[in-house]
This record gives sequence, C-alpha cells and structure tokens, in this order.
Amino acid sequence: MVSTVVRLPDPGRPGPDLQELIGRIAIGDQDAFSRLYDAVAGPVLGLVRRVLRDPAQSEEVAQEVLLEVWRTAPRYRPENGNVMPWVMTIAHHRAVDRVRAAQAAADRDRRAAAATHTTAFDEVAEQVEGRLEREQVRRCLKTLTELQRESVTLAYYRGYTYPQVAEVLGAPLGTVKTRMRDALIRMRDCLGVGT
Amino acid sequence: MNATADLHTLTGAYAAHALDDAERTAFEGHLAHCPSCAQEVAEFAATLARLGTAEAVPPPPRLKARVMAALPTARQDTPRVTPASGPRPGGRLTRRWQGFALATCLAVAVGTGAVAVQQHRETARARTEAAEARRQQTTLTTLLTAPDARLATGPVSGGGTGTTVWSPALGRAGFWASGLPALPGDRVYQLWFDDAGTMRPAGLLPSDSAMVLAGPVNAASGVGITEEPAGGSPHPTGSPLLVLPLT
Repeated sequence: MVSTVVRLPDPGRPGPDLQELIGRIAIGDQDAFSRLYDAVAGPVLGLVRRVLRDPAQSEEVAQEVLLEVWRTAPRYRPENGNVMPWVMTIAHHRAVDRVRAAQAAADRDRRAAAATHTTAFDEVAEQVEGRLEREQVRRCLKTLTELQRESVTLAYYRGYTYPQVAEVLGAPLGTVKTRMRDALIRMRDCLGVGT
Repeated sequence: MNATADLHTLTGAYAAHALDDAERTAFEGHLAHCPSCAQEVAEFAATLARLGTAEAVPPPPRLKARVMAALPTARQDTPRVTPASGPRPGGRLTRRWQGFALATCLAVAVGTGAVAVQQHRETARARTEAAEARRQQTTLTTLLTAPDARLATGPVSGGGTGTTVWSPALGRAGFWASGLPALPGDRVYQLWFDDAGTMRPAGLLPSDSAMVLAGPVNAASGVGITEEPAGGSPHPTGSPLLVLPLT
C-alpha cells in the first residue's frame, strides 16, 4: 500500500494564497509556481487520470496542463473565478481533448479494463488525505437522480459529449441536456459553491 | 421552441465541455449577452472543480521535476488586459507619481467618454460598453504606470495635441488627445499602427477622449491618426493628421 499523503487545498475556499501566487507567476516567479504546483498537481493528475485512465498518458497530459498554467498565468482574471476552478477547467479541457482525439470510447474502455493498475490507483486514491472532500462529493452525488448523476459523471469523468451521454443512456438529447444542468444546480447547492 | 431559452439550458453541458464545436460556438455567442448564464457557468465550473479535486492522487516526484525543468523554455503569454481592480497585487507595476497623475486625468477623460458613448447605445449593450470602458481605463493606467512606459506627444494638424503611451513589455499602446476639432456626425478619428509603411487599423477615437489601441503593438514603428467616414476604414483614406514614432 502506498501511504503518501497529499494535502488538498480547501476547494471551498481556494483562499487568497493561490491568487497571490498566480500574480507572482505571471511575472515569471518560478518559486511561486513551485508552491502552486504543490497545491494543484495532485488534483490535476487525479482528474486527468480519471478521464484518461492510462497512467503514462495521464502524466503526460498533466504535465501539459501544468505548463499551460505557467504559460497563461498572465491572462488569469480573478473576476472570472477562483484559481482552482481555473486550473481544473484547463485540466478537464486537455483531458477531454485527448479523449476525443483518441476517440472510440469503446477502445478506451477495453484498454482500461485490461489495465491491471486501475485498481492499484484507486487504492492509492483511497489513501489520500482529503477524504472528507471525496466523501462530501460522493454524498452530494447520491442526492441526484440516477439520470442526473449518470449525465454529469459520464460527461465530466469520461469526457462524453452530451449526445454520447444520451446514446449510452438511451435518453432523448433534450432530457440529457436539462438533467445535466439540474444535476449541477443540485451539486452546486449541496457543495455550497458560489454562495 | 424559444431558441434563447434552449441555449440557456446548455450551461451545464458547456461547463462540463460536453458540447460539440458548433454548439459551443453558438453558446459562447449567447454567453456574451447573458450575464446570468455566465454566472451560472462560473458556478458550475467551480462545482465541477470540486468533483475533480475529489479525485486527487499523489503525483510522482518525476512529474514536478519535469515540469520545473521545462519552465525556463516555456514562454509566458502577455497579459490580455489587467483586472478591473487595477495593477495586480504582488506585481511589479509600481506607480510613479508622474504616471499616476496622468492616469488620474485619463480616468476622468475615459469616464466622460464612456458616458457619452452610453447615451447613444441601447440599454442592452450599456453593460458591455461600461465594462469595456473600465477595462480600457485600467489598461491605460497600467500602461502609464508600467516600468518601461514611454510617451510621445505631437501637434495634430487642424488643431489639438495627441499623445501615445506604450509599453514594450506589455506590447500594448494607448492614445489620447486634447483640443481636437469636433467632427460632423458622419466623420470619425481613426487610429492606426504603422507596420513598416502599412497602416493597421487600431480603433476609433471618441473626440477629445482616450483609448487603448486595438491589437498588439508588435513591430509597429509608429501610431497615426486620420479622419475617416463614420465606422472607420480598413485603410486610411485621409492624410495622417499626426504620426508619433514608437521609438
């Protein structure tokens, strides 16, 4: 068992720290970037791996994401949102782009099912401190209807487009579209985001 | 079916990157005019970020080593425009008193211009216009207080004075004028970047006001102003009233 501990930043309050770091990164401060890295690399790699599943490819994409954060820090606008959502949006974009470039969800799923390390990584994830956050997210996901939950997790964790979600779930396009929004409204309220 | 209401329901799929290119483009067009949609998208992005951070795993040390090693050769973007709250905290945009005084004068000039502009626009666009005016004002302030800010001033033929400020580090330029003759309603003052003799449109000047020039300075060697038909021209049709060198 791996017992490495990752300190998760409190995502509910990304705090002034990260914003100040971004301000310094924007003018080329590598020490500030090193500190931001420590706060975001775990979540970035975790999300990318959840979407891509392949560990080697995930590390490569996570590296691209972190370098994009460095590159685009001068364009970060605090009025458009906190640092963590900004970084995670970049990570999700990159991961999803990679999925769509590879296309063929079936192939990916087959590869992933064949990969022996999937279980091992789940075990690692379980060891990570920040379990409270994970449990809160799971608890909130449980408050959704099945269609809401599937809509949002297939899109977010697997990178499906909503027509793909509709196909997989055998639901009408319009239904999936509105369920996805309903799901996010409930998750937002359950997690206490943006209030 | 109401097309706008339909677009509004796409906030969730948009935030989750679940739209195809065509729909994303359509939705982003809608987003620009729908502050409540933008708000919802921002909240959804923050919500989804929580779903992402819940998946955190310990990154292997080699990842950090590789990322840190790549920094010195990874070129950073230039800032687009500065935050509305002014120079970034922790940034090195120190205020010099001269720049500060100029910036304060400009704030008044731009503010007045923004009001004049708004009176001529429908209310639906007023919010966008005001935001743009604030951004312009902030960028001018940033330009004026940039450590490498440079100024050039000259007389405008026909009357008045024009001044440009630019920062090579920021790659942007501003312009303001005083005492320009008022133009008939169907004529405007237009700004240009001089790209080795080719004039690149840089936006229309509200009379006696100030603006951030549209687009980056790039390799432009000068900033010029001409009088053009309302709406501006792709190429100058009038002779330059003033050309200021960017050196």
